[in-house]
Amino acid sequence: MPESFLLKYVHESDQGELAAYRSRGGYEGLRRALAMPPEQVTDEVEKSGLRGRGGAGFGTGRKWKFLPRDPAVTKYIVVNADEGEPGTFKDRTLLEGDPHRLIEGIVIAGYAIGAHQAFIYLRREFHRARAILERAIAQAYAEGYLGANIQGSAYQLDVVVATGAGAYIAGEETALLESLEGHRAMPRLKPPFYPAVQGLYMQPTALNNVETLCHVAWILARGQEWYRQQGAPILFSVSGHVQHPGVYELPLGTTIRTVVEAAGGMRPGRAFKACFPGGSSSAVLPEAYLDTPMDYDLTKLDVYGSMLGSAALIVMDDSTCMVEVVARTVEFYRDESCGKCTPCREGTVWITQVFDRILHGQGRMEDLDLLNGIAKGMTGTCFCPLGESVPPAIYSTLRFFRHEYEHHIRTAGCDVRAAAHA
Amino acid sequence: MPDLSDAAKTEIRRLMAQFPHRQSALLGALFVAQEEAGVLFPEIVAQVAEVMRLPESEVTSVASFYHLFRFKPEGRHLIQVCTNVSCLLNGCDRTLERLKHRLGIELGETTPDGRFTLRTAECLAACEIAPMMMVGPDRHGPVQPEQIDEILGKYA
Repeated sequence: MPESFLLKYVHESDQGELAAYRSRGGYEGLRRALAMPPEQVTDEVEKSGLRGRGGAGFGTGRKWKFLPRDPAVTKYIVVNADEGEPGTFKDRTLLEGDPHRLIEGIVIAGYAIGAHQAFIYLRREFHRARAILERAIAQAYAEGYLGANIQGSAYQLDVVVATGAGAYIAGEETALLESLEGHRAMPRLKPPFYPAVQGLYMQPTALNNVETLCHVAWILARGQEWYRQQGAPILFSVSGHVQHPGVYELPLGTTIRTVVEAAGGMRPGRAFKACFPGGSSSAVLPEAYLDTPMDYDLTKLDVYGSMLGSAALIVMDDSTCMVEVVARTVEFYRDESCGKCTPCREGTVWITQVFDRILHGQGRMEDLDLLNGIAKGMTGTCFCPLGESVPPAIYSTLRFFRHEYEHHIRTAGCDVRAAAHA
Repeated sequence: MPDLSDAAKTEIRRLMAQFPHRQSALLGALFVAQEEAGVLFPEIVAQVAEVMRLPESEVTSVASFYHLFRFKPEGRHLIQVCTNVSCLLNGCDRTLERLKHRLGIELGETTPDGRFTLRTAECLAACEIAPMMMVGPDRHGPVQPEQIDEILGKYA
């Protein structure tokens, strides 16, 4: 049975204290890393099979290998702590509960790629996390885990915490870099602006998610072989209509059903109806997909563009009006669209207008084709993943819950809500 | 219109020194200015631009992009109610209705006594306590409509 480790200490009240962290084996991974050549640290992470936990699932070791080795080239570490994908709250849990783990992961990553400056781009609304993290960073400096000659080595790394200012789009990696440079958070064209090649200040940059770097600290502490034996753990943020919403650590590939059960199952008297398996950017899957494994690779989850994403499982029971849920989701993307590209800026507004009409009893049957058509116009045409996040929920609900749309249009009312409140 | 204090200007310069390129400190500098002046009046934005040696138009452009900057006076405490999916599923609309009723204001408005401004927010990454809201820097949740009075009572 794999042991739970990412969440093992997050509820210990003193885990943010350096002494407590060390007494539980903290900074052992860094000690081990500093005794190796940097390339070997990257190899270790690559061999572990770790894939980025920010949503894209790209191999972490492979990503680091894209950065040039030349020590004359200035490189940066940037940590994406701008958690904002609806339904996702695992990074905040780690930031508040195990801040030194993140710092340890940052130093290991910096050492591996040869960076001497790291920036943590933290969501502004994370007031508690910021206080905890800044305190932990100060402790790490005082005890020689940050700054010059880290733990007696020749390696130096400085860490600065910068905050966002309220913009979901800043979670997209190139928009994050724009924001960190003090600009409007609008995404950059890829290619050529892959962060590993031309990132912060156009220098090669390793941009990693909070959870990813916490994994890195554990991989170096215990070794990649041990890590692989744990079955590629991942943090699932489970919310919605489950009995015990929260963050759960389970192996990659766990079925939706098992994750729901881990969160206490459905509430009494209610049945599972549908879920977003990977935050609101993924497609909505009905009950027939309950035994689908939650994994990056398996094509089965890839229904109408569904995906594991940030592993945010939003569970909906039989009292849920799917039309209302999708309408709310699209409103969010409309509000957060940066306006750079036309399909996203206009498409999200048009779709919201159609939903408003349907939910206000003025829908027409042709609206369903219209929704599908606008979604098609946004698929593969948006500048960045924000706009591309809208069509999956439209396609999947038009396919699996078409009768709910039709009922709204025919009767100007919602039978699901009527039944739930009967 | 008060000028930015020397302390605020010093803090902005400290933030600038943290980065290889000074403009990286802009969002932080705008928060320093906003916390002191309460609102990013054009004159305040101009002073931030001057300290940072950036065009005023650039500073205004950047500030206007982000949700958390204010350009008109607001209440002492900002209430941000999450209305995203997890909170919707758990009844945030009822919480929001109760808030509007108790405060006697609509979304985006400020109570006449200047205590509260009410807004909805993007997902605040605390879905385990849905329906949730933030009052200033504090998270609250799960918030049932009947708990609203007690929560509001904590903020003078």
